[in-house]
Amino acid sequence: MNRQISLLQSVALGFLGLACFLGFWQGMSMSGIVSNIFLPSPLEVYERFTTLIERRFAGATLPGHLAASFMRFAYGFLLAALIGIPLGLLMGWYQLLDEIVSPLFDALRFVAPIAWVPFAALWFGTGIGGPIMIIFAGAFPPCVINAYRGAKFVDPRLIEAANMLGTPSRRVIMEVLLPSSVPSIISGLRVSAGLGWQSLVGAELIVASAGVGYMMVQGQANIQTHTVMAGMVAIGLVGLALDSALRGAERVIQKRRGLEQ
Amino acid sequence: MGVIQFKDVGKIFGPRDKGFVALKDIDLEIRDKEFMAIVGPSGCGKTTCLRMVAGFEDATDGVVSVDGTPIKRPGPDRAVVFQQFALFPWKSVYDNIDLGLRNLNVSSSERSKRIEAILNLMNLTQYAKHFPHQLSGGMQQRVAIARAYVLDPDVLLMDEPFGALDAQTRVVMQEELVRLARKNPRTVLFITHAVEEAVYLADRVAIMTRAPGQIKEVLDVASVRNAENWDSHEKIEDVMDLESFVHLRTHIWRSLREEKAAQHA
Repeated sequence: MNRQISLLQSVALGFLGLACFLGFWQGMSMSGIVSNIFLPSPLEVYERFTTLIERRFAGATLPGHLAASFMRFAYGFLLAALIGIPLGLLMGWYQLLDEIVSPLFDALRFVAPIAWVPFAALWFGTGIGGPIMIIFAGAFPPCVINAYRGAKFVDPRLIEAANMLGTPSRRVIMEVLLPSSVPSIISGLRVSAGLGWQSLVGAELIVASAGVGYMMVQGQANIQTHTVMAGMVAIGLVGLALDSALRGAERVIQKRRGLEQ
Repeated sequence: MGVIQFKDVGKIFGPRDKGFVALKDIDLEIRDKEFMAIVGPSGCGKTTCLRMVAGFEDATDGVVSVDGTPIKRPGPDRAVVFQQFALFPWKSVYDNIDLGLRNLNVSSSERSKRIEAILNLMNLTQYAKHFPHQLSGGMQQRVAIARAYVLDPDVLLMDEPFGALDAQTRVVMQEELVRLARKNPRTVLFITHAVEEAVYLADRVAIMTRAPGQIKEVLDVASVRNAENWDSHEKIEDVMDLESFVHLRTHIWRSLREEKAAQHA
């Protein structure tokens, strides 16, 4: 039987998991079983993290690197949403388009974003274009898939209602299909933001100016494992914040529709 | 005008040779401005009849037509009221009613005039800005009826519209529909399995057989209603007490009971 867990309990349990993890990690590095270069301790990573916030490393402070990364991510993510959502909706509505695009799309989406690195650099350069393309490659599929699902699983009675009211196709797509798919699209955007943000390090392997990924690559080159770890922590935290923001948006939209208390 | 005609209509779901035969040899004419109710045991294909007039389903055999034109697709000349309301959850009451008028390219001043009139008629004025989920089932169905009526359709198709409502709400809605239908007569095709509802509302009641559905009998209620002056009674329970009402109701009950019995035999 499943007991209800209160919000407070759930937060406490989350912290418990984190504390155990950090404790184990700290214990491992303090025990001397593994060397510090192999596994910097959490305290060391924390110190490095705070230092990086103020001091420049690889040309910028950590917030500076994050800002650069976030810009690239935002472009790639928005581009993916702007192209992916309409494409998914149209595929869900027009069967012909679905038949033409689906096989190609299904094959391409299994190619990991990082596999595009050489071509991204070749086609769009290592400035802003290349990294954006890699983030786009990560963020695009969930946008398409969820918009498509949203359109496919629209309540058929609502389509019938729209048809009997004489609604033209374009208006059915904009006023029935799209709003009906919003919950699915938002959860797609959540996955998409996650995958896009994950593709960041790969994307920044090929940039030579600023960005968290770039910072980590430089840290690796200088054998500064704590810098690499600090970068990982920053990526994790920003990812978490991104996901919470989109989850919040999801909840607000559900609530406005009366689908959730 | 709004004459609905079923001519030798058959409907088979699935392949012709081994599919499910839902309807067979349906011949029925619903006159202009007539309120026709179809009753029948569940699964007899009465909703399929309505869906063919709406243009949601094709007839496998025969022709379904309105004013002599065979039906090809759904359209605002045949407005539908669904059992589950089918309101757009993301549109306000006002916008739900507005959509059909916008599709007909009615000018915005004319639209707001017509919507206000129908909101007023259906006692919905104060709920114009509400969203469907903020309303009770009865209120939602009022909106759905308003959405259909505002288009001034030749034909109004109602698919067990009160089936999802509780008994009290149902009675209020039936009385209101009578009021509305007498004030703005339309050709109405009304599907129900509630016998009393059919007798109370309709000019004629068509009784269907079990699947494959056929028209078993068509009863003329209007002549009895006029002869016995049912409309002088305001409340449904007063009409339901009348001997002429009870007589018709019992007749339909018996007829349906036969079908039920044959189904289980």
